[in-house]
Amino acid sequence: MTPGALTTAVSPGAGAVIRPVDWKSDAMAARRRARYAADRRLKIYGMVAIAFAIGFLAILITTLSFTGYRAFVQTMATVEIDLSEAEVDRDNLMDANWRGIVRGALRKQVAELPRSLERDFFGIFTSSAHFIVRDAVIADPGRLGRTSTFAIPLSDPLDQLAKGQINPELPESQRRVNDVQIKYYEEIESKGLISQPFNWGLFFNADSRFPELAGLAGAITGSFWVLLVCFLISFPVGIAAAIYLEEFAPKNRITDIIEININNLAAVPSVVFGLLGLAVFLGWFGLPRSAPFVGGLVLSLMTLPTMIIVTRASLKSVPSSIREAALGIGASKHEAIFHHILPLAMPSVMTGTIIGLAQALGETAPLLLIGMNAFITSPPGDVFEASTALPTQIYIWADSPERGFVARTSAAILVLLGFLVAMNAIAVFLRQRFERRW
Amino acid sequence: MAGYLLGFLLVAAIVSAVLGMARARMKRDASPEKPHSRPIYHGVNAAIWTGIPAFVFLVLWLMSQNAVVDMLVLGGFPDADALSNAERSLLISEIRQVAAGSLFKEPTPEILAAAEHLKSLEALAKWAMVAVVAALASVGAFFGLRAIGHRYQARHSVERSVTWFMMFSSLVAILTTAGIVASLLYETLQFFAKVPVTEFLFGLRWEPQIAIRADQVAGQGAFGMIPVLFGTFVISMLAMVVAIPTGILSAIYLTEYADERLRAVVKPLLEILAGIPTIVYGFFAVLTVAPLIRSIGLSLGVDASPNSALAAGGVMGVMLIPFISSLSDDAFAAVPRAMRDGSYALGATKGETIRRVLLPAALPGIVGGVLLALSRAVGETMIVVMAAGLIARMSLNPFDAVTTVTVQIVTLLIGDSEFDNPKTLAAFALGLVLFVFTLGLNLIALTTVRKYREKY
Repeated sequence: MTPGALTTAVSPGAGAVIRPVDWKSDAMAARRRARYAADRRLKIYGMVAIAFAIGFLAILITTLSFTGYRAFVQTMATVEIDLSEAEVDRDNLMDANWRGIVRGALRKQVAELPRSLERDFFGIFTSSAHFIVRDAVIADPGRLGRTSTFAIPLSDPLDQLAKGQINPELPESQRRVNDVQIKYYEEIESKGLISQPFNWGLFFNADSRFPELAGLAGAITGSFWVLLVCFLISFPVGIAAAIYLEEFAPKNRITDIIEININNLAAVPSVVFGLLGLAVFLGWFGLPRSAPFVGGLVLSLMTLPTMIIVTRASLKSVPSSIREAALGIGASKHEAIFHHILPLAMPSVMTGTIIGLAQALGETAPLLLIGMNAFITSPPGDVFEASTALPTQIYIWADSPERGFVARTSAAILVLLGFLVAMNAIAVFLRQRFERRW
Repeated sequence: MAGYLLGFLLVAAIVSAVLGMARARMKRDASPEKPHSRPIYHGVNAAIWTGIPAFVFLVLWLMSQNAVVDMLVLGGFPDADALSNAERSLLISEIRQVAAGSLFKEPTPEILAAAEHLKSLEALAKWAMVAVVAALASVGAFFGLRAIGHRYQARHSVERSVTWFMMFSSLVAILTTAGIVASLLYETLQFFAKVPVTEFLFGLRWEPQIAIRADQVAGQGAFGMIPVLFGTFVISMLAMVVAIPTGILSAIYLTEYADERLRAVVKPLLEILAGIPTIVYGFFAVLTVAPLIRSIGLSLGVDASPNSALAAGGVMGVMLIPFISSLSDDAFAAVPRAMRDGSYALGATKGETIRRVLLPAALPGIVGGVLLALSRAVGETMIVVMAAGLIARMSLNPFDAVTTVTVQIVTLLIGDSEFDNPKTLAAFALGLVLFVFTLGLNLIALTTVRKYREKY
């Protein structure tokens, strides 16, 4: 089996008879077969390993797509509301009896509605229907004098029913919609009032306790602010540190310590950075909780080591002839670096930056610790307002018990992955378009 | 307010840059003598003088304002000296709420007076900040612009400032580490003032659900970290069992067997696996893997927990595959061609060459990679927060739910937290353990790679 076994057969020991190996013998043929079989087995193990990893990736993406795609449409009821006779004070639109108006209009959609069934019937529609109508009227007061149509989202259980997620054949006690609701839903549907348009609310609504109204606007804005702060800090500081360490720093103990330190910092678990943010930025400096500014600050400290390492590598890849030429015609060291070397290294620095920011975008644990998992129903206006971010929003939704949030969570993950793919695509494009090989 | 001030500083810096350049051009054109620096350097220098001192002052002011105002307000409060730290922070937050006009119960006259005091101090602080920043900016602009002249070495001045900025930047990494160590140590020492060190290090019970108010019914609380470490160990080992063979075998296949075309397809796919945020893995573990493992367990007659260690560990293992694979890949690539060729020349098959020549030669690199992956597994948070259990239990059964250090840190600190009860402080103690442990693993990994790397 082993090459070692051969040597004992051929090595001339004391008194040993030298027997030539009969390579054509059955034993040798079997040996050869076994050796080649072992070779093939190793190859097959490798293929299985790769197939396992890629199969996992495929299953992950498919599962998320199959659970998530439903959240990209939302079941809506198109309801006509006659506002010409409604008692609405035009100067005080906020305080009109919108609930009464909307309920009256909804009641007209079905033939008969006994008082005892009202609760079940109104449960078909989102409980915030009157706010939707109110906001639409405030946006366009012209609707007041006439009959106009409004798209009212159905409540989560009915949305699930319309998407085939709830089996109406099941006994009533085992499903979240009762027979009354199904009867009324079918009556409305038979009138052609139910539609499933693209769920713009997923991108333009902020978070909500009700799955049918919950959207990612707050999370996307929050993530944008976080990344902006992270970029504004880690980009200049990272480049400056890299230039100093690569071009200026004397070789001594201190710079050695700095380098070891940077390498170690790159491997510190992200949750530890969260603890740092909580104790130092929130505890000692008293910065506001849940603020994108603090999130960006923490993530910038986290991406800084990556930025420094990437920038140093790209500075190193610029040939020294360029520096020498610049110095040779009288440029100062700063001028050689900032006018010649850095611009040449910039494409790969940008590539590294975008990849670092993409990592920061998916980072969750530090943001949880500084409180960016709060329930906030409006997008943040600036970096100091409490907000969520995309990954923390996913965390919140994944923890919510309502069935509708499962699909929303998957949809939010698909949105996050979409952003990551876009950022990486830009990075790849930059690399291929602008990076120079010397 | 601070935002407007920053904007003002930016505008002021740009204006003085433009003015400085204009002045430098004027002086250059007025005299036949050749100036030391080009006008652009004079402009940038003026901008630095205008903006930087005021900016630094602004940042320092913002960082310390709250603490100073709190101290002054409490100083003016009757018998504030007798209060404990926790009572102080409660008092100050009540005063702040009253000042912001958002308190439901009727405040006492002392608190109302303190709130007025706070408001007046904050107004004063705001205007003082504006005044000092504006003064610093104008004085800086005056000196920066006045210095412009033929002999003035503006370029040297600018380059010096840039060098200082670069030196400060490379210190940020050190400051970060120092900040981590200081904050963790500080909070941990406070924790040890409440819970004995020996209980934390050697205790076998972890039950941090303690009463926050005296009238609450809750457990006594126990802070022994051994069960938590044990759970971390179990889940990391499960992850390594998945990741090590898969990672190394796929690296072997990719470097030795696969042709260039397959490699070009498979490597990026594996890198995608590395680029997926861990919260996505966590959600997938909860959504798909955990129910699957539970049903497999039930069909085997084992009562699998819905958040079994196997689900969390297995998914974490998949997350680590690309990590181990790419590090092993590098280790294989570093083995010189001649060793491979020598083995082939002796008649070894490809598989024998890999197992007997390549693997031993690449072993230090692979071990280093495995240790780095282990340190990642120990520090990994979101997968276990979503998929692993909350109760600390000493169980080696992979179908049981166990908890990890990171899970405990996150669950102890989520929600509003005050830094004065053992529950929140325990998280920092665990954080320190985690930091020291991963740091140790990283150092061992790096030295392994460096020390045992054969020099070919």
